[in-house]
Amino acid sequence: MDDIKYSSSQPQMPKYDPDKDYGTPKSDSATMVTLNIDGVDVTVPDGTSIMHAAQLGGVTVPKLCATDSLEPFGSCRLCLVEIEGRRGYPASCTTPVAPGLKVKTQTPKLADVRRGVMELYISDHPLDCLTCAANGDCELQDMAGAVGLREVRYGYEGENHIGQAKDESNPYFTFDPSKCIVCSRCVRACEETQGTFALTIQGRGFESKVSAGNKDFLDSECVSCGACVQACPTATLMEKTVIEAGTPEHKITTTCAYCGVGCSFDAEMKGEQVVRMTPSKEGGANHGHSCVKGRFAWGYATHADRITTPMIRKSIHDPWQKVGWDEAINYAASEIKRIQAQYGKEAVGGITSSRCTNEEVYVTQKLIRAVFGVNNVDTCARVCHSPTGYGLKQTLGESAGTQTFDSVMKSDVIFVMGANPTDGHPVFASIMKRRLREGAKLIVVDPREIDLVDNSPHVRADYHLKLRPGTNVAMISAISHVIVTEGLVQEEFVKARCEWDSYVAWRDFAAKPENSPEALEKELGVPANDVREAARLYATGGNAAIYYGLGVTEHSQGSTTVMGIANLAMATANIGREGVGVNPLRGQNNVQGSCDMGSMPHEFPGYRHVSDDATRAQFEQAWGVTLSADPGLRIPNMLDLAVEGSFKAVYCVGEDIAQSDPDTQHVTHALENMECVIVQDLFLNETAKFAHVFFPGASFLEKNGTFTNAERRISPVRKVMTPKNGMEDWEITAKFSEALGYPMHYAHASEIMDEIAALTPTFTGVSFKKLDELGSIQWPCNDEAPTGTPTMHVDEFVRGKGKFFITQYVPTTERVNQKYPLILTTGRILSQYNVGAQTRRTHNVAWHHEDLIEIHPHDAEDRGIAEGDWVGITSRAGQTVLRAKITDRVQPGVVYTTFHHPESGANVITTDNSDWATNCPEYKVTAVQVSKVNQLSDWQKQYRSFSDTQIELSGMDPQTVVS
Amino acid sequence: MEVEKLIKMANQIGDFFEANPDVEEAKREIASHLKKFWNSIMIKTLVAHVQQQQGQGLHPKVIAAIQQHLHL
Repeated sequence: MDDIKYSSSQPQMPKYDPDKDYGTPKSDSATMVTLNIDGVDVTVPDGTSIMHAAQLGGVTVPKLCATDSLEPFGSCRLCLVEIEGRRGYPASCTTPVAPGLKVKTQTPKLADVRRGVMELYISDHPLDCLTCAANGDCELQDMAGAVGLREVRYGYEGENHIGQAKDESNPYFTFDPSKCIVCSRCVRACEETQGTFALTIQGRGFESKVSAGNKDFLDSECVSCGACVQACPTATLMEKTVIEAGTPEHKITTTCAYCGVGCSFDAEMKGEQVVRMTPSKEGGANHGHSCVKGRFAWGYATHADRITTPMIRKSIHDPWQKVGWDEAINYAASEIKRIQAQYGKEAVGGITSSRCTNEEVYVTQKLIRAVFGVNNVDTCARVCHSPTGYGLKQTLGESAGTQTFDSVMKSDVIFVMGANPTDGHPVFASIMKRRLREGAKLIVVDPREIDLVDNSPHVRADYHLKLRPGTNVAMISAISHVIVTEGLVQEEFVKARCEWDSYVAWRDFAAKPENSPEALEKELGVPANDVREAARLYATGGNAAIYYGLGVTEHSQGSTTVMGIANLAMATANIGREGVGVNPLRGQNNVQGSCDMGSMPHEFPGYRHVSDDATRAQFEQAWGVTLSADPGLRIPNMLDLAVEGSFKAVYCVGEDIAQSDPDTQHVTHALENMECVIVQDLFLNETAKFAHVFFPGASFLEKNGTFTNAERRISPVRKVMTPKNGMEDWEITAKFSEALGYPMHYAHASEIMDEIAALTPTFTGVSFKKLDELGSIQWPCNDEAPTGTPTMHVDEFVRGKGKFFITQYVPTTERVNQKYPLILTTGRILSQYNVGAQTRRTHNVAWHHEDLIEIHPHDAEDRGIAEGDWVGITSRAGQTVLRAKITDRVQPGVVYTTFHHPESGANVITTDNSDWATNCPEYKVTAVQVSKVNQLSDWQKQYRSFSDTQIELSGMDPQTVVS
Repeated sequence: MEVEKLIKMANQIGDFFEANPDVEEAKREIASHLKKFWNSIMIKTLVAHVQQQQGQGLHPKVIAAIQQHLHL
């Protein structure tokens, strides 16, 4: 053993072990305190509980109501200790350390008290330990053992809570009140960790019980995040998968494949079977919390609809032919060669997805640039956050968010624009709500009343600027006007950090009378005074942070709004430190990463333009080929050229453009016109129904790689089971490349990351080895920042000086008129994810089994529409039919829907309007008319028939395949 | 590629840079944006439209940007 020297001047902090439960949260204090516990000196940060300190010192104090994810509660009376010079038996969870304390955790008296407490608990607890689902993983059982309980003198015949009915309504966990010890851990987890307050302790004394608001769990306010299940020390709240499979025997840490929060999870396994997913306490983004999708909705990975055998066919009207991998890959390669020979090199391209790992995206863009010989590679960020990439690069110099998620805990003002964190980014929303409950102010800019506005307990927006869809830039102009004309600009910061000339031009623009909140009041539909007060709050309320989502980017002026947001942050000096910043909330898990990896047609990995000779030379040398300096085609350009007949083949990895991209009929027409559509996916998705080659993909549980979340955090994805399709996705792409005459010599995904690091200045310090050591890394990670960069633009902007841009409001051409008098806008819901291909194949459909059209009571009444009626929604692009939900969450003149089900056809009605800079579709504004109808739209009927036929052609049964 | 779509896209770019009070810089920015983000097939089609149809339907500043800064 090493000879460790201790001294009082340099106290040694005992080593922290994330697998241990320290009972109470750790203290961040810099002041250290030394005390003596059971004869051993322990030095810990001030504010630490005695319980936590004891555990750090290697002594475990018995406990039931305490767990280190929750504030101490002091109710179970098991953790009592004796402190020299103090009277009585204080609870170690609620008693903080103090210098020089002498604590005893084990004495005959304490043992006696603890046995007495346990005796009472056990007298009202079923003794079915051997057949209980928590057997071996039950803290009550552990404590009975720890205190040496040998008999229960009271007997078991008295009045008790045993034999009560279980609540099994939640599809993922059961609630068995018979096993409840009323420790309140679930109630506190719901409040403190999740912030939903769905659970309470009802009644007093013997009558006390955990209640989900007198409803069953499914119908209650519960959002099924599972924090209560994780916190429960007994089998009261228990995962159904554990009830079925028993306790797991090993675990592997990996990263969630859903939203851009990128939660870290421990996949708890029995052999190759996942028993449960538990959010890792050490997860940099989630700190042990999760949402219903990440924790529970992973069953799709083994769903019967998964296709695991490669398939090919000549025409989309032919039955699919199941073939071996070699035949499928060789066929695809021969088609690409044939098409390029016949129609020219530029007739082919590829699309990657934010659902792919960094390594998969990297090899796909490499295949397209180096082997296809074109830059026609794009990614689904095209239709979500491409304006973020453009706008932040222009103004700040880097296409990424500026902060960590934890930064919000230092914000005084939180400005949420066009994002719905409680549904889209639930785990981050929980952190944000915690900060709001602590008193941070909230400004919400959204046409719809999202839950943060007034539907989250103890959280309420100070200002909800309920603007008309499509007027974001006008709103930013109005806020800028107030900041500039009321002298709220931090000129010292601007002088030191930004291009002064660009600031002056912006200032003069913002100060124009036509940009005042009063002048824009009618256009915005928001009272001018509210805009003024919100602007003052943002500029003067302390640390102010902007969080935005697709409600900002998916507009014809999406890029303009992003630049306007960056202008605001620079003008008010709200950038470059914790608590502030510009924070794009990314929709999917790897939006940031897929963009970082060079999947945009004009950029190599690391956001370097294809026309930059030095960069291109570097890649040419590494890849041993000549590369094109011409920006490639974007997805909508590919589709337009396909409709015109010159674009003939696409390799589509993990992306479903036939469902997710706007103007569906245009997309499907383009796909029908192509001669070779290659789809790599888990399921026969909508795009695959138009495909000629199907490469079955692997789920995130079946492969190695990395995802990069919204805070630039690169986190490891680890293989926990053998791929059902036989290969990891990067291997498929590499084999495809080899068949085209360009072998890619990687033995493992880590070698792909090594190549990325060698070629990308912001990634030079990244490796799988370092990820194993650190858990995750926020790029840039290089010699200057060997462990990564949590906050960006600290001393200077990545581009040097920050640059202001004039952001003139240009109303969209998608305007309402007599024929289309309403504006349709779209969004998402907590339980479903994106196009729903994953979540529709889980029990999450219990919460959302169809997309509804939200309509204001006035608009509904005008049209004779009642709740639940079939409503036809018609735009310039098409028509679809959904059921009505009448609600004043939307304002009069605005209707709203989600897009998680293909037959909803939400994108049949969206148009081909797009952002001026990036072609990101204008999903958020579509002029429509709605009316009561009796039947599905023609498109929906055609869709159903086409889809059924395609499912049959694949050899599956349309009756059993999830739609 | 269908020139109507390209005109619409180019005009949106023109609308953004229209606000720049420095007219010469605005034209450079428009041309630079096209070169940076548009594939050469698209640029060629648009340039041909300016050369052959006097840029009919195009934002005047886009026409000027193409004439001054995009020589293909």
